[in-house]
Amino acid sequence: MEVGLNHFLFVSTILFSMGIYAIVTRKNAVLVLMGIELILNAANINFIAFSRFGNFGLDGQLIALFVIVLAAAEAAIALAIVLNIYKNLATVNIDEVDKLRD
Amino acid sequence: MHESLLINIAIAVLFLPLLGFVVTLLLGKKLKSVFIFENLIITVSFIAAVYLLFSKLSFFPDKNIVAEFEWFGFGIVPFFGEVSVKLGFLIDNITVIMLFTVALISMLVHFFSIAYMKGDERYNRYFAYLGIFTFSMNGIVLTHNILMMYIFWELVGLSSYLLIGFWFEKKSASDAAKKAFIVNRIGDLGMFAGILILFLTYNTFSFSEIFTQLSEGVLPFDSHVWLTVTGILLFGGAIGKSAQFPLHVWLPDAMEGPTPVSALIHAATMVAAGVYLVVRIFGLLTADAMLFIAVIGMLSAFIPATIALTQNDIKKVLAYSTVSQLGYMIMALGVGAYKFAFFHLITHAFFKACLFLGSGSVIHAMHHEQDITKMGGLRKKLPLTYATFLISALAISGIPLTSGFLSKDGILASSVAFASLTGHWLFPIVGFLVASLTAFYMFRLIILTFHSEPVDHHKFEHAHESPFAMVMPLVVLAGLSFFIWYTPNPINADSGWMISKWINNPELHTPSQTRFDFMNDSDVNVNKTSNTVMYSQSYSDAMHSAHFPAMILSLLVAGLGILLAFYVYQWKKLNADSIAAKIKPLYEFSLNKWYFDEFYNSTFVAFTLGISRLSAWFDKKIIDGIVDGSATVTRHIASFSGNFDKYVVDGLVNFTAYLSGFIGILFRRFQTGKVQTYIVLVIFSIVILLFVFKNF
Repeated sequence: MEVGLNHFLFVSTILFSMGIYAIVTRKNAVLVLMGIELILNAANINFIAFSRFGNFGLDGQLIALFVIVLAAAEAAIALAIVLNIYKNLATVNIDEVDKLRD
Repeated sequence: MHESLLINIAIAVLFLPLLGFVVTLLLGKKLKSVFIFENLIITVSFIAAVYLLFSKLSFFPDKNIVAEFEWFGFGIVPFFGEVSVKLGFLIDNITVIMLFTVALISMLVHFFSIAYMKGDERYNRYFAYLGIFTFSMNGIVLTHNILMMYIFWELVGLSSYLLIGFWFEKKSASDAAKKAFIVNRIGDLGMFAGILILFLTYNTFSFSEIFTQLSEGVLPFDSHVWLTVTGILLFGGAIGKSAQFPLHVWLPDAMEGPTPVSALIHAATMVAAGVYLVVRIFGLLTADAMLFIAVIGMLSAFIPATIALTQNDIKKVLAYSTVSQLGYMIMALGVGAYKFAFFHLITHAFFKACLFLGSGSVIHAMHHEQDITKMGGLRKKLPLTYATFLISALAISGIPLTSGFLSKDGILASSVAFASLTGHWLFPIVGFLVASLTAFYMFRLIILTFHSEPVDHHKFEHAHESPFAMVMPLVVLAGLSFFIWYTPNPINADSGWMISKWINNPELHTPSQTRFDFMNDSDVNVNKTSNTVMYSQSYSDAMHSAHFPAMILSLLVAGLGILLAFYVYQWKKLNADSIAAKIKPLYEFSLNKWYFDEFYNSTFVAFTLGISRLSAWFDKKIIDGIVDGSATVTRHIASFSGNFDKYVVDGLVNFTAYLSGFIGILFRRFQTGKVQTYIVLVIFSIVILLFVFKNF
């Protein structure tokens, strides 16, 4: 059985769903960030899959590289925010971080 | 001697009394003795007037000195030309003689008042008022244009009002003041209209410029009739001010003022201003206007003379005699006796001022009793007052050796001459009749006051001769009632300096076809610039032949009147009361002053009041009703609009707000504040949307 586009899409869908599930269900801010990483990587798989099976040249791989860079930056900033939240509030539970609502 | 010196002195004579007025009024309350300053000022002004009289008559006897300056100008006015209003002085012989008379009598009245008004609470204010009166009267006399004359004309009206109502606590006095002011206003309205016509026609107020243009044939509205109308309208001012019929009613009431004021204003000077006005405008009077003036003068001479017969108030008798004598002057002007009218104005000013001041002396002695039926026998108590009063009464009755004889005889002779030339014989007949009436009532007054037995013994015992300040003016004025000041010939004034030298006949400027025939000279070529009147030969002939009979007749009627007065009141050969009872209707008619006041009250006054009431009703009901009605309508509209705003507009707004609030409440539960809930919602929404829009 040849590995085709559908397999890639299937894997990325599972990854995406797992990411969403992590974002929605986890209370810990670090785990939510990890969910976001999963979603980004699902998107990367999609980009590369379409680039490989579609007729797009290397555009997909290129964007995937960008996304990896972006994810790194995002993780750095987000982790810094989480670190500051923990410093100020002594918690990383996102349900309890609701100071702006008041 | 220079003309400008005369003008400067004239300015001083004019403005010194104003200075006195201002100072006395301002300092009157603080400084008790400031009235001395006013007296001093008036004396200085008198001396200046005397100097003016002598220098004018000796150095410039035939010259009219004019000084004028521009008061204000409007530049070029469309359809009218250049408009510039000039004020100025005209100093001719008439001016200086009149100025002298005013200044002299004013000064004497000032002196008289020092004693007469002693103890009055507004002593200084009284002198201030006398000052402003003298100022205004001098203004009338000195002016060279009719606008300035009108201004000062109103100023004398004002000072007359102030002085009549000087004792304004008395209602009769304040009423009399108002009456004098309002009645004068009626006459002044005519004068104002006349001035407007003159200005519209000639574009100047100056007498001489008006006369010059009139001589060149410029007529108001290009019509002889309008010239007559203008003359009569201007004469309207004289009717009011000189208390001529039918506006004579204010003068007897004006006797409510202090007696020296009656002497100065309501006998000698202010009421003569009307005559002076006619003297000034004589050159533009047409024959018709002169006839009108003569008729008014005749009625004013006759009617008050008949009223004076029965009056018992000493001042009322003198007031009516004043109106009557002013009527003489006006009639004289109407019949063309210009010189004698002015002559009579001067002589009358002296002897009537003397009579009034004499009556003031009597009233003072009798402790403010004015009823002659309660006097009597005062001859012994007031010898000097009696003597001066008698001389003046002889003068007003026209007895030889007095000044009154000369001037009155001149007027009567002129009226006879006028009648013989034009056929109007009513004028001399009424003239002689009034002469006899005058003699009768004046001697009735003298006999009841000074002769006969004292009626009120208590007051008689307390009567005493007045102090020097009051007697001195009487003596001076009585002295001036002799002929010698005016002419060396006691029976004929024609050759005297007053008539032949000082008073010149005026030029006539009316078109010759509007004049009386005797004023047009056929054989002498008329020289427009000469200062002599164009009386024809026939007039001087008539005057010549009328003179002697007129003199005899006037003596006869005056003597008859005096004799009758003695017959009735001194020797009591006839009982005055029984005669009065026999002709009761006539007596009542005269006693009630011909019912003039009643007639005016029931017609003009009632009519005016009716109109006022009607317009007050109209104002109150109709105008106020409209205003109130519109206010009510506005209020109703406002309240409706308020309700609309409150319920409809606000209701919509509030409903919108309420709806928004309701929707807000409905949707607020979706907003939990938890990002994860939103993400779940978003993902579910996307999944649902994918199923909805799926194309597979």
